[in-house]
Amino acid sequence: MYSIVLYLVAGWSGFFVMGVELLGGRLLAPYFGSSIYVWGALITIFMLALSIGYLVGGRLSIHSPSLKKLGIILILAALTVSPMLLFGTSMLDAVSTAILDPRFGSLIGSAVLFFIPTIISGMVSPYAIRLLVDDRATSGRNAGHLFFVSTFGSAAGTIMTSFYLVLWLEVNQILITMIAISLVLGLVACLVPKNRRDE
Amino acid sequence: MNAARLMRLLLLALVAGMPFGLQAQDLIHSEKSLYRQVLVYEDGETRCMCFTVRCSTGRQTCLYIKNPDQLALGYSTMMLSSLYLEPNPKSILIVGLGGGVLPRTLSQLVPDAQIDVVEIDPAVTRVAEKYFLFKQGPKLKVSEMDGRVFVKRAIRDKKTYDIIMLDAFDHEYIPEHLLTQEFLEEVKALMHPGSVLAANTFSGSGLYNFESVTYQKVFGEFYNLKTQNRVILARIGGLPTMAQITENTSLFESALAKFRMSADDVLPLFNKRVDWDPKARVLTDQYSPANLLNSR
Repeated sequence: MYSIVLYLVAGWSGFFVMGVELLGGRLLAPYFGSSIYVWGALITIFMLALSIGYLVGGRLSIHSPSLKKLGIILILAALTVSPMLLFGTSMLDAVSTAILDPRFGSLIGSAVLFFIPTIISGMVSPYAIRLLVDDRATSGRNAGHLFFVSTFGSAAGTIMTSFYLVLWLEVNQILITMIAISLVLGLVACLVPKNRRDE
Repeated sequence: MNAARLMRLLLLALVAGMPFGLQAQDLIHSEKSLYRQVLVYEDGETRCMCFTVRCSTGRQTCLYIKNPDQLALGYSTMMLSSLYLEPNPKSILIVGLGGGVLPRTLSQLVPDAQIDVVEIDPAVTRVAEKYFLFKQGPKLKVSEMDGRVFVKRAIRDKKTYDIIMLDAFDHEYIPEHLLTQEFLEEVKALMHPGSVLAANTFSGSGLYNFESVTYQKVFGEFYNLKTQNRVILARIGGLPTMAQITENTSLFESALAKFRMSADDVLPLFNKRVDWDPKARVLTDQYSPANLLNSR
């Protein structure tokens, strides 16, 4: 149960990040267009935020790591995405008025909307690896499993969002659904009994 | 893979691509831009601008090499018939330059009008100037910008236009953020009572129903001109009657001869019939899977 939930959190977090990224492109388009530099700005912000998230997540994993705390990270990532639902359009409107160049406009717009939640999402992987690893001999294998699950989740999130979800639902409906799944999964992670090896 | 096998594959690909393009086309210019490859082909009679090799996904613009004023693509005449709804425009906005046929023709038909063109790709503007006789001047200016960004800024600057033409296409179709209710409402904010909208779309696209209900939601009843392309003509404050339109055609008939266009070509196409599914879903910024729907 413990490791199933752990892998679920990692896989879902991968799905969530890519889902938000693709929908981010949708949100930016009315204000900056959908040119290659708009996608470039968006991906830059996501990559930068993930890289910082890895650092922070690794650092956090040093002090009494637990699945519960991993659940809280997932919940926080979801909650920090939610302002986008309420203020996304007015915020992008303000940015596109203030910054005329669409390259830097979309860069700043992406940063304001996605930087914080993506940093938090980035914390999930290194933190989860810490919870999985028993000893040095199996650490590489554990890390491999976790990267597999989280990147597979990202692939699933990318194809599901871009091929199907945008056809079935509105952008905000997809975001709300994904936030809800994160909250439920985060809560489950908080409630799962401690693993013996943590004690 | 050995060379012979590669050659065979290339030949196969070439033959497979043939039926979609023109026959015996010569590539006379190719230019890479931030967005795409801009290609110019000639086939003896016509010169066309395309965004894909051998024009496999359609031509952006064409002209007759020996008579460049003659309108080569039928949709241009349908777009220009917006003049029958507003014969005396002082200001015109065109979203999407292509080869510049529309602005070039308009600046001769209504020389007093100030024409603003917005084109995202500077390479398209360069090619239009070099190969399609397009020229900017004090009354005809191109802004290098995304169409929607231009419209949003024009609203802030409190601009209005007497005629607005939507003609922005990429290699596939109209970009998704230029198909939504929110975009059309922004366009409408640049119009005043009596302003006319002309929008170029496709008749046979999987988006036809969605597009039609979206335009109707924002602009109400419109004239729907259909050949291979479908041109939507709407007017703020209600459509003029066919009698008024027919009367207005006489203002342009002699001027249009130069372009080998006549009102007789387009008048029979004017139609207000609802030939789409009125229950189709309106495209919005929240729901605009346009290219997915289009490829269905």
